[in-house]
Amino acid sequence: MLSYLARRLTESMLVLAIMSFVIFALLGLMPGDPIDIMIFSDPEMTPEDAARLRALYGLDRPITDRYLTWLGAALQGEFGYSRLYNQPTMDILLPRLGNTIVLMGLSLFLALLIALPAGIYAATRPQSLTDHAINLLAFAGISVPPFWLAILLIILFAVTLGWLPAGGMGDGRDFWSDLRFLVLPVLALTIATVGGIIRFMRAAAIEALRQDYVRTARAKGLSGRQIVVGHVLRNAMIPVATILALQMGNLFSGALITETIFAYLGMGKTIYDSVVGNDYNVALVGLLFATLTTLLANLLADLAYTWLDPRISYQ
Amino acid sequence: MRKLLLAVVLAFAGSLTTAFTGPPAAAAEELRIGISQYPTTLHPSREASVAKSYIMSMTQRPMTVYDHEWQLICMLCIELPSIEAGTAVPEDLPEGVEGAGDGKGIALTYTIQPEATWGDGTPITTRDVLFTYKVGRHEKSGVGSLELYRRILSIDVIDDKTFVMHVDRISFEYAAINDFRLLPAHIEEPIFDTAPEDYRNRTAFDNDPTNPGLAFGPYRIVEAIPGSRVVLERNETWWGKPPAFDRITLLTIEKTTALEANLLSGNIDMIAGELGLTLDQALAFEKRNGEDYQIIYEPGLLYEHIDLMLENPILQDKRVRQALVYAIDREAISERLFEGRQPVAHSGVSPLDWVYYPDIKRYSYDSQKAGALLDEAGWSEMRDGVRHNAAGEPLRLEFMTTAGNRIRELVQQVLQSQWKQAGIDMRVRNEPPRAFFGETVHHRRFTGLAMFAWGKGPEHVPRTTLHSEEIPTEENGWSGQNYTGFRNAEMDELIEAIGVELDRPTRKEMWARVQQIYAEEVPVISLYWRANAYVLPKWLKGLRPTGQMASSSLWIEDWTVEGR
Repeated sequence: MLSYLARRLTESMLVLAIMSFVIFALLGLMPGDPIDIMIFSDPEMTPEDAARLRALYGLDRPITDRYLTWLGAALQGEFGYSRLYNQPTMDILLPRLGNTIVLMGLSLFLALLIALPAGIYAATRPQSLTDHAINLLAFAGISVPPFWLAILLIILFAVTLGWLPAGGMGDGRDFWSDLRFLVLPVLALTIATVGGIIRFMRAAAIEALRQDYVRTARAKGLSGRQIVVGHVLRNAMIPVATILALQMGNLFSGALITETIFAYLGMGKTIYDSVVGNDYNVALVGLLFATLTTLLANLLADLAYTWLDPRISYQ
Repeated sequence: MRKLLLAVVLAFAGSLTTAFTGPPAAAAEELRIGISQYPTTLHPSREASVAKSYIMSMTQRPMTVYDHEWQLICMLCIELPSIEAGTAVPEDLPEGVEGAGDGKGIALTYTIQPEATWGDGTPITTRDVLFTYKVGRHEKSGVGSLELYRRILSIDVIDDKTFVMHVDRISFEYAAINDFRLLPAHIEEPIFDTAPEDYRNRTAFDNDPTNPGLAFGPYRIVEAIPGSRVVLERNETWWGKPPAFDRITLLTIEKTTALEANLLSGNIDMIAGELGLTLDQALAFEKRNGEDYQIIYEPGLLYEHIDLMLENPILQDKRVRQALVYAIDREAISERLFEGRQPVAHSGVSPLDWVYYPDIKRYSYDSQKAGALLDEAGWSEMRDGVRHNAAGEPLRLEFMTTAGNRIRELVQQVLQSQWKQAGIDMRVRNEPPRAFFGETVHHRRFTGLAMFAWGKGPEHVPRTTLHSEEIPTEENGWSGQNYTGFRNAEMDELIEAIGVELDRPTRKEMWARVQQIYAEEVPVISLYWRANAYVLPKWLKGLRPTGQMASSSLWIEDWTVEGR
């Protein structure tokens, strides 16, 4: 098991190293560098100014040179400065990472809290009225465009009822006041996530309910609840764990549309802005964060399989 | 156990109910402004942006600025230097300095307001002036264009408040040093001197923005969360008229629909015109909620136009370019899409500018004239609704603009259909702003038409857009903004002469000729002057848009509250 873990971690580091170069190269290949954009907005800039700034930002050097310089510094914990905000990259990213973990973590937690029981409940009563109702709501959640849902929630809860703020973030001075800012974005994300998990949970539980061990358990006289909790849930969780691992990856990459509409400072918006604004350092580290989380979440899911099904073992 | 759970849930719900009593009503002394962008830097000398200008106008003041009447005034100085008063003295340039070519420069005397003080109580002195000059001239300071600082040959200090600036040319706007924004030497100089090449990353403006010593306007920054909000409070050392609000909160909400919802929900009090709703959104908002707000539309110096690629053989023919303008009904577009709030542009000079020449050739919609010009140019054979020339080539052009800009795309569709009626086949190929501006326009890779906007100041000499030396090429590092490739010897001469002509009537004549050439040659299709929409609460009085680059917030001490 330990050697498996070591191998997977080594592989993850390798993927991360390759990804860092790929992302760096792709950012460098994008049309227009930061100086091009400055020239466009400042008509007085001369060719000499452009050359001076390119040298200052290191943009006059080949991309491999720039990458190696960045890698050398990154290995020593120096991730450079944000071009957009003129602050150390980590000073920009870490608070937003925290915001995203809170936002995405809460919505994922809520989605699981609703989706797991609802999926199993629907699976145990297939084709019933309840099953149809749950499916309908699940499909509604999947189908509703997130930006439209977000606007709808704002109109209802902020504009019409006036219960919650339409956007922004708390100032960190009052927990309850700050919480109010989280409600609508969490709700929007939960609705968008819950439908998919319900569908997966339902399908996996229906599959598990058809297995021989369930029939045997029933024959032994176990109650419905005992069968579901003791046998169905654990087996049905294996495919769901894979989906959850992918969802975990999003924990660090954020939700661009929700963050933009609710003016919430998270990773999704930060990564998008940094890519569009040629903020290489922030874009690179942000995307690497997202890659690393996805890799680790998948590793976690693989390890969870052994706990969910002891027949699975890694060597 | 169930009872305990129920009690916990009820207690939680109760707490939430207490918290969810709606957004905290802004105190009478607070103003919450919604803006759609956060500035990339708060440093006064680096990377100009509308967002930075809007915020910093409340915390700092420029030496000189164009006011609401577009007249140059002193803000931080006491009196504008003038030749008549003897505070602007023409002088010979030092040997080896080229200047504007006539060997003459000018010595300008400025005196800083005697009460002017940084927010930490340190007086603003000529030390700050010299430090600003030092940073501006330093190659590694990260300041974008050094042009302003290159033109200033030297600065002589007379005393703590008075200095003489030696400039390498006598231009008509010789007294204007609008972009010379003071930096606090007592805070920034030690940072700069330690490592000038790292100054752009270590400046207190971005790393310690709440330092009171960085401000000398009516307000100072007390909180700045990049990308989210800036909170300002009264600057106790402000020497001017006291502002009405104790606190100003600027919330960045990029999505304009969310900006509108935040206004309606009371989370913000107003939407800044400089960085707010698009015109169509403002018009729709006015129809729905106009009774509850005051909405000001201010047409200004944002010039929406279409650059024509003059190296395209089709567009090299002036008759085709003129026909393109005759074939479109800009009046109808302005009226139907913008309810007349964005006036049609007939040249690159705004009718609000004193140098505007009203008698230039106008291209009112005239499809017959457009057809006749195209026939004359050889595009007379109509096949499948598209004009062809004698060689059988179709009159087909590529029409580009920024993808995702709803208004532009709407105008583009209307124009495309109007040109189609004239037998001109426009192929739309839009790109995201980043690729369009950063690559296609900047590197002159568009082949036909490129629609976008210019921002200008009053009496802006169009050197970068119309002078033949300003055509971006690989050799000149793609500098210049003459993307059309326009070359006209008379225009070049006029542009060079206008800049240094002090006599207003003579200059006005020159401007008339510039506009005549522009209208006759049609290097660019003028569309309309964009308007900013200010959505304000009815109780806010005194906010006056300028219509030019100076932010309305530069006069925030005139904003008052009536009947809130």
